[in-house]
Amino acid sequence: MKISHLKKTTRTDFLTYAGVIAAFVVMSVLQSSGSLSRSLTGQLVPICCYMSMAVSLNLTVGILGELSLGHAGFMSVGAFSGITAAMCLQNTIPSAPLRLAAAMLVGFVCAAVAGLIVGAPVLRLRGDYLAIVTLAFGEIIKELVNCLLVGHDANGLHIAFNISGNMTIDDLHLDPATGIAIIKGAQGATATKTIATFTAGFILVMLTLIIVLNLVRSRAGRAIMALRDNRIAAESVGINITKYKLMAFVLSAALAGAAGALYGLNFSSLQATKFNFNTSILILVFVVLGGLGNLWGSLIAAALLTVLPELLRAFSDYRMLVYAIVLILVMLATNNPTLKSWLSRLTGRARRKEAA
Amino acid sequence: MFSKLVPIPSANMLPDRDADKSPILECVNLGITFGGLAAVEDFTIAIGRTEIAGLIGPNGAGKTTVFNLLTKVYQPTKGSILLDGVDTHNMSTIQVNRAGIARTFQNIRLFSNMSVEDNVKVAMDSQMRYSMVGGILRLPGYWREERVARQRALELLSIFDMQDLASAKAGSLPYGAQRRLEIVRALATNPSLLLLDEPAAGMNPSETAELMENIRKIRDTFHIAILLIEHDMNLVMNICEGIAVLNFGRIIAKGSPADIQSNPAVIEAYLGKKKEA
Ligand SMILES: Nc1ncnc2c1ncn2[C@@H]1O[C@H](COP(=O)(O)OP(=O)(O)OP(=O)(O)O)[C@@H](O)[C@H]1O
Ligand SMILES: [Mg+2]
Repeated sequence: MKISHLKKTTRTDFLTYAGVIAAFVVMSVLQSSGSLSRSLTGQLVPICCYMSMAVSLNLTVGILGELSLGHAGFMSVGAFSGITAAMCLQNTIPSAPLRLAAAMLVGFVCAAVAGLIVGAPVLRLRGDYLAIVTLAFGEIIKELVNCLLVGHDANGLHIAFNISGNMTIDDLHLDPATGIAIIKGAQGATATKTIATFTAGFILVMLTLIIVLNLVRSRAGRAIMALRDNRIAAESVGINITKYKLMAFVLSAALAGAAGALYGLNFSSLQATKFNFNTSILILVFVVLGGLGNLWGSLIAAALLTVLPELLRAFSDYRMLVYAIVLILVMLATNNPTLKSWLSRLTGRARRKEAA
Repeated sequence: MFSKLVPIPSANMLPDRDADKSPILECVNLGITFGGLAAVEDFTIAIGRTEIAGLIGPNGAGKTTVFNLLTKVYQPTKGSILLDGVDTHNMSTIQVNRAGIARTFQNIRLFSNMSVEDNVKVAMDSQMRYSMVGGILRLPGYWREERVARQRALELLSIFDMQDLASAKAGSLPYGAQRRLEIVRALATNPSLLLLDEPAAGMNPSETAELMENIRKIRDTFHIAILLIEHDMNLVMNICEGIAVLNFGRIIAKGSPADIQSNPAVIEAYLGKKKEA
């Protein structure tokens, strides 16, 4: 089947997958030949997580058209539930990749439940209430994890909420022989076995992409985009607005949960403050820069902007200044009509070549 | 509450071929007030199963408001709506659509960032069955239903000879084509009553003539009733079998095109009394 014979959307999807696979192969080769710097190697898994986060947030912001300011909150739910699952399953599932998959699944489900709790009341309302509620959600999750004590021993899972502020992990009364402390309140998860791998990150990005793209090309995706474009018209053709809004939002949260679990299992120590408002905004920046509804744009923006601070190390103190300038330049460039027409002429030429 | 036993108010308006059948739509004393202003009052009509009916009246008479009442964009404050004999008073916009009323909008409301084909397919959503997971995993049901949906979308688009525009972005279509696409989208929901709000607005005379043919063709192929609002009197008088005239929210005349054209109250509503002019 020649690419030029496919529908335009199918071709874009195909090229997006191909791009991700190519990037993975190139990075793997560079990594195994030792040509990547240590810091960049350490960034590989987080980059994959952020790429996946950007794609899932694009589902809410670009495709559904609702503003979410607490996407990192769902990542947090996924991270800490995923860490807990992975630590508890150490003996049950000795294989690290399988345990990682199970942890990501747990993160997916827990974040989906959180998404349902946040979304169900808010998405019934008309108007932009989601932004403020997700903003609050992100802060609440942070505070909740900060007073969460979780441990595991032969008797199973021990969970306590340190609301009073004077409990410690000892109050869980873990069995000294088999007990492990998993989450220690404000200290976060401190002795996590890091089982995240770049390959898992690649699979996460691919699965997130496949799920979101296939959703968009199905009846649900059409309905979601229709209610974004014109709610009154969507209702007039029988689209169940609340159902589809909730579907998109919960799926977006769940995918953030899976990415969070992978992220959490990449670091031996992780605090809830990592998933604060700044992180939510950072992911939103990826989505806006990459283009609302444009998934490959999100991927590229997430990857570049995560690597950029590393690449700018040479500028030392002026690093964030240069970062901001680059951001502004990119924003100007992507909105520049001359540049846009130049880009479309470029892709147009490529298309004509394919057709020949 | 109004019962279903209210006599058919204007059965004499129905075309002959619908005479022995119950009307598809009956409105009885329908009314709504916006902050004390009665935008529509005592609106009582019946529309036959395969009738093309017209709703006319000066600007601000309340015509679009009637459509908004029928489709439950507004809940009526008075009266009842019977669709195929069923009272719709508890139904939402979505439920009314599923029960058989589809509409177009005076100020076009397309899904402008989506393709023409997707605009039509999205209207088939309530007839599709495969689940979200079935769509993501592309299970057999997905392929089966999507193939049927695509085929039907192209068939419906071909009514207006628009099948070649299937992959164009709806928002990029010329004005007339956007109006036609709204009709196709409404038809895709399988209605038994189609409401057209000024379908010929902004069209040139040849486009309007073509539209008239197509409205008849739609009625004849789908055997549905059509109620249309239109300012183009040539179109209304040519294709409508029954016409109701609205002025200041009230029906001032009802009848065949010939009756309406010679009705003094209608002439006065349109031309105004001498002393007001
Ligand atoms: N939501 C609303 N709130 C208050 N007033 C309304 C509302 N909707 C309609 N109206 C009023 O009801 C009256 C009828 O409006 P409507 O849009 O139904 O007129 P129309 O007959 O469709 O006119 P046109 O030919 O200009 O489309 C107008 O006076 C309008 O201002
Ligand atoms: Mg109107």
